[in-house]
Amino acid sequence: MGRHPKKEELSTHIISALVLNNPGVLQRIAGLFSRRGYNISSITVGTTEIPNMARMTIVVKGDDKILEQVVKQLNKLIEVIKVSDLDVNKCVKRELCLIKIHTPDESSKSQVIQYTNVFRGKIVDLSQESLTVEITGRSDKINAFIDLVRTFGIKEVARTGLTALMRGPKVLKSKKS
Amino acid sequence: MRGAEALIKALEYEGVKVIFGYPGGALLPFYDALYDSDLIHILTRHEQGAAHAADGYARASGKVGVCVGTSGPGATNLVTGVATAYADSSPIIAITGQVPTRLIGNDAFQEIDALGIFMPIVKHNFQIRSSKDIPTTVRAAFEIAKTGRPGPVHIDLPKDVQEEEFDIEENPIPAKIDLPGYKPTIKGHPKQIKMAVNAIMTAERPVIIAGGGVNIANATEELLKLAELCSIPVCTTLMGKGSFPEEHPLSLGMVGMHGTKPANYAVSECDLLIAIGCRFSDRITGDVSSFAPYAKIIHIDIDPAEIGKNVDVDIPIVGDAKVVMRDIISHLLKMYRESGRELSSEGRREWLEYLESLKRSNIPKMDYDDVPIKPQRIVKELMDVIEELKLKDRSIITTDVGQNQMWMAHYFKVHLPRTFLSSGGLGTMGFGLPSAIGAKIAKPDSKVICVTGDGGLMMNIQELGTIADYGIPVVVCVFDNRTLGMVYQWQNLFYGRRQCNVNFGESPDFVKVAKGYGIEAQRVTDPNDIKDVLKEALLSDEPYLIDFAIDPAEGLPMVPPGGKLKNIIDPVRERPRERIPCFQEIKRKLLGDSKDRSIPQESLQDLNSPVEKEMY
Ligand SMILES: Cc1ncc(C[n+]2csc(CCOP(=O)(O)OP(=O)(O)O)c2C)c(N)n1
Repeated sequence: MGRHPKKEELSTHIISALVLNNPGVLQRIAGLFSRRGYNISSITVGTTEIPNMARMTIVVKGDDKILEQVVKQLNKLIEVIKVSDLDVNKCVKRELCLIKIHTPDESSKSQVIQYTNVFRGKIVDLSQESLTVEITGRSDKINAFIDLVRTFGIKEVARTGLTALMRGPKVLKSKKS
Repeated sequence: MRGAEALIKALEYEGVKVIFGYPGGALLPFYDALYDSDLIHILTRHEQGAAHAADGYARASGKVGVCVGTSGPGATNLVTGVATAYADSSPIIAITGQVPTRLIGNDAFQEIDALGIFMPIVKHNFQIRSSKDIPTTVRAAFEIAKTGRPGPVHIDLPKDVQEEEFDIEENPIPAKIDLPGYKPTIKGHPKQIKMAVNAIMTAERPVIIAGGGVNIANATEELLKLAELCSIPVCTTLMGKGSFPEEHPLSLGMVGMHGTKPANYAVSECDLLIAIGCRFSDRITGDVSSFAPYAKIIHIDIDPAEIGKNVDVDIPIVGDAKVVMRDIISHLLKMYRESGRELSSEGRREWLEYLESLKRSNIPKMDYDDVPIKPQRIVKELMDVIEELKLKDRSIITTDVGQNQMWMAHYFKVHLPRTFLSSGGLGTMGFGLPSAIGAKIAKPDSKVICVTGDGGLMMNIQELGTIADYGIPVVVCVFDNRTLGMVYQWQNLFYGRRQCNVNFGESPDFVKVAKGYGIEAQRVTDPNDIKDVLKEALLSDEPYLIDFAIDPAEGLPMVPPGGKLKNIIDPVRERPRERIPCFQEIKRKLLGDSKDRSIPQESLQDLNSPVEKEMY
């Protein structure tokens, strides 16, 4: 009979944490992941409906058992108010991306504008030789758009990383049961 | 009032009477405020000593220990001590001075990112940026340190904040503190408690592993009650020593790598394992896949993160060991009353008899007459002297790390909580002497005995100065084998006896060193002298050092790392062969002196072969 907690398949997790917006809190949280050999794919932080509190959405890929340990360790942090490993299929996920595309002539410009419309993006900046597009949505949609405009020449990309909330009226369960 | 005085007021509010520390530039306002205060400050000789002393104070008393160090190097010197406290869930507050806020981030003189450095080794830490935050921060720090699973909390205090004007009327010390993200679970879940009770009622071969959590929760009475009520044998981890009286018929001693045979066998053969306040470290489990192979496991711990971390368990109970055991006991009593059942079933009697016979056939030999002295003999004499001088209820042992620690853990019988202090989780050499200082300050009426190796003593030997200057009557027993015994044992066992950098020479003469500090000291080489010298030391009300010349070949039975608990092997008892090179040899090597690139013996012979001769 094996006593060792099983190693499991690597999978993607979206951790949502409500935290006190104190200096150093990001370092404290990121440190927990790196200490256990976890690479954070993305991390978003922003203020919330509650004063002095921020919500962090952390996307990581890894062994489920180790992740369970990380979530428990997160829960132990004094500045973490609530934390949850979101069910990937039961949450709204969004990411924002800014893409500066090489468009030296009218035809490339109009083509990119067309594509942007199809993806319900926005042109947010324009110059002689470039267009900057804002795309919001799920990460796969953003990936698809980036692939699409790659032929024009991408000058710069900035992505926020994923942010997410549970679907429905439910909110994050409190760290104390 | 200034910030520094506010800090002292806040500490006094928490009931702090003693702090251990070392001053420096960034702490000048604080030390200036101490001048007018009633707080006792023990000036150690190194900040590491201050941190271990605060830790020893906390472990012996159950109260929060406080240590202080200046910015930069003062802070880094505290690190080992704080990490040691963290690994063993010991509640201390470490306060570091910091450069003035306007200089933070400028790489100012003695500036270091203390917040970042301490972050992974504390339960929580704070940097106070304004004096008005001092009262709430200190309250929060103590609350966090001592509740739930205790642990160190660090406060970084910039110099200008210490100097800033502070109005206690405007910023009173809050009686209650609200920490929205911190709510330790104290009471066990009723459903889980019921499951545990059922498992205990039906088990035929139960055993308890009591960890440090039982000591921390002050739950030794409950443990005794639970064990006796259901006739459950008890073994402890290193940190759990003292949580169950080791002379009790149900005691099996320590379990794990250096555990006793009865304890390791009991865990390997039990059908129910009740682990209380222990975290299943690799030193306890050995090979996890063959750990307690036939057992259902109940795991009681206040820290949910410990459950299922190292070992899969069947009945997890998150809660305070004392509260949970009380609930279990009252359930058991009710069930017994209702069913009128015998407390221990037939099967259980067989189990107890089996373990009893294991205990009988494994009484360790300790009364060696050998010269050099066998460490077991010292442990035996120490127990006898403590008994004879009626010190059993008021003696505290601190150990260092290595063989000395494990000889004590394996052979020395502890029967009261908080009387056996040892660095378990981090295994910090240098812990023994400074933690003894803390223990003696916490329990001035107890006899405090520090058992240490020669290596570990030298890691914080400067603290002899502290005990000398303050006249703190600690008895230091050096198990002097002139080797880094524990490493030496591993090299002999697992690295083909290739002894490498584990041998010390003749230096120093510990008796002379102690005397240099003004401490009474004796060297003991004859086993027949042990008792008298120990008696003299324990009866003296002054610091005392005894240098026991012990057999460097002596080792400890052990389970090889990652091995099965039943696979206890004997040490290789071998004398040290390692030669220490002298500086002249090192210099020759460094400078590449060709004359010394001596030709190996084999090739010298080759020189004489016909072919070689022709070539030259
Ligand atoms: C600070 C620190 N450095 C290194 C070690 C590794 N280590 C563990 S036991 C040991 C040997 C200890 O030697 P000594 O203090 O003479 O005690 P003995 O084992 O001989 O009783 C060493 C080097 C440690 N535990 N702590």
